[in-house]
Amino acid sequence: MHMDIRVILTGLFLVIGCFLFLVASIGVIRFPDFFTRMHAAGKADSLGQACIIIGLMIYSGFTQVSLKLLIIMITIFIINTTATHYLAKAAFMKGVKPWMKGNKYGETDPFAVSSAANVVGKKTKAKAKR
Amino acid sequence: MANMFDLATFTIILSAVLILYRLVIGPFVFNRILAVNFFGTKTVVILLLIGFMYGRPDLFIDIAFVYVLINFTAVLAFLKYVESGRFDR
Repeated sequence: MHMDIRVILTGLFLVIGCFLFLVASIGVIRFPDFFTRMHAAGKADSLGQACIIIGLMIYSGFTQVSLKLLIIMITIFIINTTATHYLAKAAFMKGVKPWMKGNKYGETDPFAVSSAANVVGKKTKAKAKR
Repeated sequence: MANMFDLATFTIILSAVLILYRLVIGPFVFNRILAVNFFGTKTVVILLLIGFMYGRPDLFIDIAFVYVLINFTAVLAFLKYVESGRFDR
């Protein structure tokens, strides 16, 4: 089978993009709190999709498909960073505390409905009022 | 040549399945919105790769572009609702 330089470059870009996607999802699973997870997701995700779409543009040559792929890539770049920025702003305004170095492992729940300790605290407070 | 796109699609589906962990047991709603945003980008790339896998990318590119815009609107609407409790401010 004849392997030209176009297919080799496409495979290289696809491998880089898939590696970045895998690293981003492992980071989202493994990082300790919300803001560090966003650090993993916001950057590696944008660069991964950019690498894969650049590979597809090289594969499809200089056509209309390539132009549409370029438009999709630029749109995802703008949209992904905007969504990440708004997510960070909303979480910080809502009261999610960043994880400091000396802190115990764990996250602060800004809504505090699902946390069992808070429910117990509310019950004891109600008992004390009575 | 289709083999390359198959391998890339399988790898991206694997990382999307890994993201489902954070979507299910995310401690509160912001982690889940983060996972949904991440999953949407992966869906767009999977759609593009499926188009190239079948040899007709011009059919799938428009679907992928519409999915980008829908994903962005959904994430912003969720965040606006969570931040202020209503949609109109």
